[in-house]
Amino acid sequence: MGSTEHHGGEGVGRRDLIKRSAALGLVTAPGMSLLSACASGGGGGNSDEGNTKGKTSKDNPFGAKSGSKLDVVVFKGGYGDDYARAWEADFGKKVGITSTHTGTQEITGKLQPRFNAGNPPDIVDDSGAQQIKIDVLYKNNSLLDLSEVLDAPSVDDPGKKVRDTLIPGTLDPGVQEGKVVALNYIYTVWGLWYSGKLFKEKGWTPPKTWDDFLAICQEAKKQGIGGLAHQGKYPYYINVAIMDLIAKKGGIDAVKAIDNLDPKAFTGSDAAQAGIEAIYEVVEKGLLMPGTNGLTHTESQTRWNQYKAAFITCGSWLENEQLKQTPTDFDMKFLPMPLLPGSKMPYEAIRAGSGEPFIIPAKAANLPGAKEFMRRMLSKEWATLFAKEANSLTILQDGVDPSVKLRPGTQSTVEASKAAGSNTFRYLYPDWYSEMDTAIQNASNELMAKRIQPKEWLKRCQAAVDKQAKDPASKKNVHS
Amino acid sequence: MRKGQYRFVAGFLFVPVALYLIFVIWPYIQTFGYSLTDWKGQSQTFSFVGLDNYKALFQDDVFLEAIWHNILFLIFIPVITILLALFFAFMLNAGGRSRAGGVQGVAGSKFYKIVYFFPQVLSLAILAVLFNAVYRSDGGGLLNGALIKVGLVDAGNPVEWLNEPNVVLWALMVAVIWQGVGFYLVLFSAAMQSIPKDIYEAALIDGASRNQSFFRITLPLLWDTVQTAWVYLGIVAMDMFVLVSSMTQSMGAYGGGPDHHSDVMATVMMRNFLYYGKSGYACAMGVVMLLLTLILSVVTLRATRRERIEF
Repeated sequence: MGSTEHHGGEGVGRRDLIKRSAALGLVTAPGMSLLSACASGGGGGNSDEGNTKGKTSKDNPFGAKSGSKLDVVVFKGGYGDDYARAWEADFGKKVGITSTHTGTQEITGKLQPRFNAGNPPDIVDDSGAQQIKIDVLYKNNSLLDLSEVLDAPSVDDPGKKVRDTLIPGTLDPGVQEGKVVALNYIYTVWGLWYSGKLFKEKGWTPPKTWDDFLAICQEAKKQGIGGLAHQGKYPYYINVAIMDLIAKKGGIDAVKAIDNLDPKAFTGSDAAQAGIEAIYEVVEKGLLMPGTNGLTHTESQTRWNQYKAAFITCGSWLENEQLKQTPTDFDMKFLPMPLLPGSKMPYEAIRAGSGEPFIIPAKAANLPGAKEFMRRMLSKEWATLFAKEANSLTILQDGVDPSVKLRPGTQSTVEASKAAGSNTFRYLYPDWYSEMDTAIQNASNELMAKRIQPKEWLKRCQAAVDKQAKDPASKKNVHS
Repeated sequence: MRKGQYRFVAGFLFVPVALYLIFVIWPYIQTFGYSLTDWKGQSQTFSFVGLDNYKALFQDDVFLEAIWHNILFLIFIPVITILLALFFAFMLNAGGRSRAGGVQGVAGSKFYKIVYFFPQVLSLAILAVLFNAVYRSDGGGLLNGALIKVGLVDAGNPVEWLNEPNVVLWALMVAVIWQGVGFYLVLFSAAMQSIPKDIYEAALIDGASRNQSFFRITLPLLWDTVQTAWVYLGIVAMDMFVLVSSMTQSMGAYGGGPDHHSDVMATVMMRNFLYYGKSGYACAMGVVMLLLTLILSVVTLRATRRERIEF
């Protein structure tokens, strides 16, 4: 409640201060060296391996030093972080390295300052909504090239390299400019999900063609159930369905066209047109679960668990995420995206790949320890620990001990990936181009709300692709 | 002032001023420095790009639209909140029917004051959760549920309040105003209490109506308080980050949907800073935000200057 009489005087004082600080800014801007002690300052040179490197041997290819410390940061999301604690305990027992464990959802908030200051953790599970984008980290030379770990002998079979024990293609999403810089550890499949119980009750068979899919949605609508649910507040999810249709219709070339920023990736692509028109048909015929466009993932998935929709689109973390909300007899089941007529891929083809990127910062204090930790993550023992604690598969081929009983949803993904065999595909543009991905998600949100038509969607997506293609840095990413 | 007193006062002022310089002014200066680079936010490597970020900024439709949204908030939030708060405060303090010619509030005004203040004790995060439940886009939402029951909305086609380009900004405003009114009501009430009763009584004897006594007596004597409220609400309207990022459709990160119709400067800045890795560019946005806020403060204080009335 200042009296207004004196404002003039105060104002001048403030303005002077601003003038002066602006002048200071002008002085400092060209001489950026002053800033080196600030937000982006600190740290310099590479990590010094001298004090953490022990003797190398056959069982210890990197010379991880017993008695040293390892700083582990894990994203504590759908998979929890009990698996990491189990690993750390085993690591302490077998290698003699004590780990400090941080489980958090705020990866960016907690780690960005540490990356900037040059004292990052040794190994990070960089995932979740607040992950630090891998492309951004890579551009700043903050990530270790993981080839040394991948070329080391496997823990289970020292005659083999680690990279030869993994499911083919699972390293791809962690590649930046030809180098593997992030290890996407969890094997994920994407597609549709339904309740085995509901389908049995209604006498529906899981649809293999798009027409059958629409027929079931119509049938569901007649009985007061929504057809397709999606997590509308986050258009990422409906993009899973749209992009899968495009990939299966047009084959791997359609996927590559989008990833490689082809000038005809969307406009002039028959596959893209067929895919988006199919999804728009669901919208137009009113076969969405009412209100689904505005629901969060939790709200939408819970409604689906309450039998309010026949299908939902999601990745294989769904079961674990919905453990509490899923009725015991729900019988969650995975379904590959149904086929449009004239598709180039078979019905069994699925989007499959690896998620949950684990990274080793280039400036980690204990590099040998971090590399050894990652090598052990890719052993049968640790992969089984993961399946037990997190109810999910890893990229290690046949990595789960058959004695571990899986839940119905996870079990159905195992069967689906067996059926798919080598018929898997994966889009890489979301990992490479955040801005383009956002624009495509945005267009999908508008389409789902009937504010734009398929034609306009194609135009918008192509514009996003063309904009990204103008960035010279995008030339280095090639989906081959 | 006595001798030595200056030194005494200066000694006490030194620490707060030093803290302010280190933790407020210095980061501002740094931000300006970074806004002239292509810093990506994750490391120490960046190069100097001059004013390129600022040039790009004024061709960035999303950011320009976000400025416009902030301006809309700036116009409507303070006006509506202050009007409502003034009306309620007047009714609670001087709007009652009086039996003995005195001045008093409506019946039960003490109770109302407490109830009105409730929303103010909620943090913004709780407010977002509450209003997400109100605006939920299916029959489970409070609004949709009620409207479906009444028959105004079809159950198979509920209104997606926060996914409607023309509704989303208003929906956010309702939440902010709902929370704000109670606080300003109490603020204005306190100021009204300090207005001598005999002024009102004199007006009553002269035959002033309730409206006249409000516009001729209450409002002029409250002007200082209204001005303060205006500045505070202006700051709220320039921010809005928490509600937009936690209530609206996701645009990759930090809400802002549908189709950027609810983006504000703060959400666009954060998205560029962390999600797109364009930190230098985001710093340029921060500098523009600072300038706009400064201009706004000066204009507000200037525009609302009046003679002070002593009483």
